[in-house]
Amino acid sequence: MRSVSNTTRIALYLYGLLILLVLYLPLVSVGFASVSKARYLSFPVNRYTSEWMVQAVTSPNVHALVLTSLKIAVLVTLLSMLLGFFGALAFARFQWKYRPLFQKLILLPIFFPQTVLGLALLIWFSALGVQPSWKTAVIAHLVWIAPITTLIIAIRAYGFDPALEEAARDMGASTLTILREVTLPLLMPGVISAGLFAFLLSWGNFPLSLFTSGLDSTLPKWLYARMVSGYTPQIPALGVLSVAGSAALMLIGIGLVRWMRRRA
Amino acid sequence: MQRLESRLGFLSGLPILILLLLAFIMPLFVVAGFAIMPQKVFELTHLPDFSSFAVIWEQGYYRSLLRSLGLAFLTTVILFIVCWPLAYGMAKVFGRFTIVITLAVVLILFVSENIRLFGWSLSLMKGGLIEGYLRSWTGLSFETPLYDWPVIVFGMAYVYFPFMLFPLAQGISLVPDDARLAASDLGASPARILFEIEMPLAAPGIMVGSLLTFVLSAGAVAEAKLLGGRSVVVLTDDVESAFTFAQNWPLGSALSLMLIGIVALLVLVPVSRVNLDAIMGRKR
Repeated sequence: MRSVSNTTRIALYLYGLLILLVLYLPLVSVGFASVSKARYLSFPVNRYTSEWMVQAVTSPNVHALVLTSLKIAVLVTLLSMLLGFFGALAFARFQWKYRPLFQKLILLPIFFPQTVLGLALLIWFSALGVQPSWKTAVIAHLVWIAPITTLIIAIRAYGFDPALEEAARDMGASTLTILREVTLPLLMPGVISAGLFAFLLSWGNFPLSLFTSGLDSTLPKWLYARMVSGYTPQIPALGVLSVAGSAALMLIGIGLVRWMRRRA
Repeated sequence: MQRLESRLGFLSGLPILILLLLAFIMPLFVVAGFAIMPQKVFELTHLPDFSSFAVIWEQGYYRSLLRSLGLAFLTTVILFIVCWPLAYGMAKVFGRFTIVITLAVVLILFVSENIRLFGWSLSLMKGGLIEGYLRSWTGLSFETPLYDWPVIVFGMAYVYFPFMLFPLAQGISLVPDDARLAASDLGASPARILFEIEMPLAAPGIMVGSLLTFVLSAGAVAEAKLLGGRSVVVLTDDVESAFTFAQNWPLGSALSLMLIGIVALLVLVPVSRVNLDAIMGRKR
């Protein structure tokens, strides 16, 4: 039985479409701006060029930015997969005394304003005498991203049957063997999607990098600095490329997860 | 067996616990420590005083705190109203279209927030996407809404939209259809059903969504800078300039500490009550 009238139903669908349109409208603007020939952007765009894109792809400055962002994102991905895997076992699988407390502690950094977290870390690093660089940015990203990967893997860990591990133990497998042969393969899809999330969130992160990466600039941080100081066509061109990079990676990741599922 | 489990639990939680202790808890203590240091010092070795809080009061920094909280509150209310119908559709009406919306909303989260906000400033500026095409098609024109406080609220509502939508949809899916139908059979008006059946039953989702959007927008920085120009100074602006241009860590720390205190009060109470095992679907 339907609980809403047809008019309401159609209105809700239209509302949903409208919201999706509004959600993606800014990307349309950035896309147009990246191929507009005019030095000073003004709509409607009527002359197009790929000049800015080519400039962005070939600029050594951009290569350095991409390299820094990549370095950070790859390290954050690997470390947060590792931390998240074990964190998820403590979060969802094992019964231990302080588990409820542990679960709540994991949630806090996710809900914490990132700007304030970035500033707090900046003071902390200065107090320790550590010079902020891309390495400190990795730590800052981890504080926010490792709890998120923990949650994603925990959802998977809640779903599997502990009897599988107990059976392995009854047959004499050591804790390490069980971890490698039973737990890890079962949680693998969760670990992969957590890694994908980690990479994308680190690649696009701006508030944490802003304060903690010191003189090493990441792509979002550099874009922000340019946005605040005035418009140049390089900004939308790089923005589009950065989004395209995320999109490509996402497709690869989704393909990988589907391929693993088919094999399993 | 029991002892082994409890040892394994502790051991596997240990790495992330160490990370959070060293890079989350300790920094917060350092911020609290600097907040009670005299003005413009860079070590924690001085005698504590509360001069930062006096400066916040005397020089009117509390105004940017109130402004941030006000804007965040407004953002939360607007988002609640905007998200409710969509969340309702997602939970009760859409079926497969729910998956499309969910995917589209999650995917946009992976685009850096400053690129999206920059896109809005290109869309909303004079001669931007909206005004430019409107003028060339109809000859009409309008003044740009950029560089004022309403556009900042719009930007925050835009960026934090997913954080209201998903908890709300989750909350509404908790409302049993029978309860609504029963009320409707007994002659309750749609408004009464909304206020007396649906909203109370969806309260957990409303609570989580509102807290998230409020906390995140109270600590937001990019919206005010990229859409508001320099016309509106929010709390995080003051914090940032205290740490950078003014080189006054104690003042910046005290300002952060006030925000942290408010966040902690708002988040800790509900978080300490929820049962995460039940929410995330534990089997045993």
